[in-house]
Amino acid sequence: MGRADLRPENIRDAVIRLAGNSQDGIQSAGALLARLAGRSAQEVMTYMTIPSTISGGPSIFQVRMGSGDVLSAGDEADFLVAFYQHSYEDNVEFLKEGGVLMYDSDHVQPNTEDRRFVRMGIPITGLTVEALGGTARDKGKNIFVLGLLATIFHLDAEKLKGLIRERFGGKDESIVNTALMAFQAGYGYPVGDVLTTRYQFEISTRTGARDQVTMDGNQALAYGLIAAGVRYGAGYPITPWSSIMEILRSEFPKYGGLFVQAEDELGAVSLALGFSYAGYLSVTGSAGPGISLKTEAIGWASMAEIPLLIVNVQRGGPSTGLPTNVEQSDLYQAIFGGHGDSPRVVLAASTVEDCFYIALEAARIARKYSTPVFILSDGSLATRIEAFDEPDLKTLMQEPHPDLTPRAADYFPYPIDGITHHAPPGTRMLGGKYPVVTGLEHDEMGHPTGTASLHTGMTAKRRRKLQQLAAEIPVPEVHGDAEGGETLLVGWGSTYGPIREAVDHARKAGAGVSSMHLRHLHPLPNGLDAIFRRFQRVVVVEMNDEGLYGFGQLATILRARYCDPKIRSLTKTDGLTFRIKEILEGVLK
Amino acid sequence: MSATGLAIPEASTEREKVTKKALTADHPTWCPGCGDFAVLAAFYKVLERRQLPHENIVTLAGIGCSSRFPYFVNSHGAHFIHGRAVPLASGVSLARPDLRVFLFGGDGDGFSIGGNHLEHGARKNIRLTYVIMDNFVYGLTKKQTSPTSPVGFKSKTDPTGAIDQPVNPIKKLLAAGASFIARTHATQINHMIQMIERAMDHDGFSVIECLSECVEFYPGVFDPANPRKGGQFQVIEERKGDGTPEDEQRHDVRDEIAAYRLADVPFPGLFGVFYENDRPTKNTLEKKWIETTRAKTGGASDLELLQKTFNRMK
Repeated sequence: MGRADLRPENIRDAVIRLAGNSQDGIQSAGALLARLAGRSAQEVMTYMTIPSTISGGPSIFQVRMGSGDVLSAGDEADFLVAFYQHSYEDNVEFLKEGGVLMYDSDHVQPNTEDRRFVRMGIPITGLTVEALGGTARDKGKNIFVLGLLATIFHLDAEKLKGLIRERFGGKDESIVNTALMAFQAGYGYPVGDVLTTRYQFEISTRTGARDQVTMDGNQALAYGLIAAGVRYGAGYPITPWSSIMEILRSEFPKYGGLFVQAEDELGAVSLALGFSYAGYLSVTGSAGPGISLKTEAIGWASMAEIPLLIVNVQRGGPSTGLPTNVEQSDLYQAIFGGHGDSPRVVLAASTVEDCFYIALEAARIARKYSTPVFILSDGSLATRIEAFDEPDLKTLMQEPHPDLTPRAADYFPYPIDGITHHAPPGTRMLGGKYPVVTGLEHDEMGHPTGTASLHTGMTAKRRRKLQQLAAEIPVPEVHGDAEGGETLLVGWGSTYGPIREAVDHARKAGAGVSSMHLRHLHPLPNGLDAIFRRFQRVVVVEMNDEGLYGFGQLATILRARYCDPKIRSLTKTDGLTFRIKEILEGVLK
Repeated sequence: MSATGLAIPEASTEREKVTKKALTADHPTWCPGCGDFAVLAAFYKVLERRQLPHENIVTLAGIGCSSRFPYFVNSHGAHFIHGRAVPLASGVSLARPDLRVFLFGGDGDGFSIGGNHLEHGARKNIRLTYVIMDNFVYGLTKKQTSPTSPVGFKSKTDPTGAIDQPVNPIKKLLAAGASFIARTHATQINHMIQMIERAMDHDGFSVIECLSECVEFYPGVFDPANPRKGGQFQVIEERKGDGTPEDEQRHDVRDEIAAYRLADVPFPGLFGVFYENDRPTKNTLEKKWIETTRAKTGGASDLELLQKTFNRMK
């Protein structure tokens, strides 16, 4: 039976889960699918788990592509590719009833009693070896599977081949050829022998005037920093932050800047503060454990009022915790993780696209208020690939600009009633008096003083700038019943997609559920209390523990801030992103 | 011009001379008789001699008695946290080649809490001058054992005498890869000035261990090296390269092994330059990398560069 005989079925979106081991290159295959979707103006969202072992171990990559808004990676897969027996056993429960189970019949023996799925056994390993010849062994079976998926989902094979050439080009020519051979072998496989349906994505209704770019959250954040005019930074390797520093180490020099790999986390934040003090707003970052090490220096940045961007790509904690899983348990650390009263700004990115734009906002705030700014991301945003409208760089690009114009004799670095703007070293001081930037409590000129009234005044000065910032933050929009209603879900960070999808789902079913997502966590925007008043229930959905008193970290902060007993909490700590079902069940119970 | 090129305002033609008066800031909070006063005086003297543009002098420090230094010099400066001044100074040095970065601190700041940073700053050979005022004791916190306190020193944390082997600063610096290492004594003002000037002229990570007495908690400790107190200030004779037979006996500052041997001379030890090496600085190597990388971009603007990257992600 040829392919032309297959019954085509139009689909709006599909969740494809590839399950194998981490060295099988399923991330590459998944990323190629995601990039293809991005290039075809389709919405795409991916989800990836990587084991924390150095090499080997089970790994999955899930791609959801579709023609409408794709908000989450999907609860259940429509299509599962299982490379090994354990991949089959661990993932088959994520497959939708009636979904397609494709497995490598060389390695997997599925339960033949289980009739919930369409089974499709293909000797993937054997066919790959056969196609590529003996020396390649089974390397290339990821690309073979990509070919299979291309034929089953009626994907644009020419575009995919182009992407394969881009992905593997530049290396040995034979590598590109091998990959193309593997692809062709998969693409030419007579799937009609084992499958009766062939899927076809509906033509995308997306009418965006701009092209789409496809990248992961760490890339988006790194390029956002470049757009924000950040040219200097320092870091130390830690999962899942490392890829940001790797990108910046290679990219900053192209722009005349520099990223330094420091000897440790304390050295990294100190180098970054050196860059900032020298007049270039700089970036450091880490995951929770590394941020702990940086906190003393961040306290100095609060006191000395030095602008600094601190990225925390959160993972499961405390301590080494769950290094390759996701959790939102560093919110307290970001807001309160310092000695003394040390005001700082905390923002959280909600999507991969937002990782780009949040860097611009963080840099703007850091410069305007001369303050440390935390950008919270997490392991799921860091590794997942999304397609989004290409940013309009022309209007967004910021220039790095150390301000070395000579300062007049009446210049004070720390005006008690105003906002600090430092004169970086190299600035001529026309009054002849040069400023010292310090972590000791100081007077307006930066000279140390222990005067009680001055400490009160200066503490208030440092706090007031955050209050001033709060007044200029837009009040977040309510998705659903803007005028108020039954239940309001409040989220922050990467839970944006699942919460929004859960709300859409619930509303379709007639439930009075709305949502609001916070990007500014410290300071909070003004006017949230008015929104909360319009709802009967407020449920804060977040990936952290319910704590001693039954409330997650943001829920606790909102309850403390608004003293509103209506604010409840829905939390979880399994190291995985929220599934739509979990939110619906948790909220509607 | 590089994207991060500085728009440095035109220097006015009439410049105030950098005098001791212009350099004097807050009155030092050190105890009367503290050795650090002499280090400050020597530093003023060096700056007066060199006449660097006043705004390009940067004094940085961590925490400790000696780390108060930036408050006492009227120049751009920063008083940072305990032990981390080396990376702070590295950031300033790497981002701003137009500045002269001077770092001041003590033995606790440099050899104990900041020990790791000292190692890596030295290894990376970052262009800056670091004066470590070594008094063998924690002074600001009032007499605890320091990493350089000798065995037997009675402190509040070792009431019966210190038991841990002290750090040998010169050997530590040699092993770490510092490219200029000298030792001086706060009572020997001319020698101190000479060492600071040599350190300044060295293109790399230049460190001076300066014995500076804590009159409050360890009085008299450095008398054995002070001729006015009956001690002997023994200076390293450096090789002149004059071809004479006696020159062979003098110290070759490029000889690392010989430097270790000199560093092993028992307390109060020797003074002068132990080691000097002209290996490339991180500043130079990174600059070279930036230039090579930028050359490949064909003079594209920042906007064009980022746009090109995004085009590849379409």
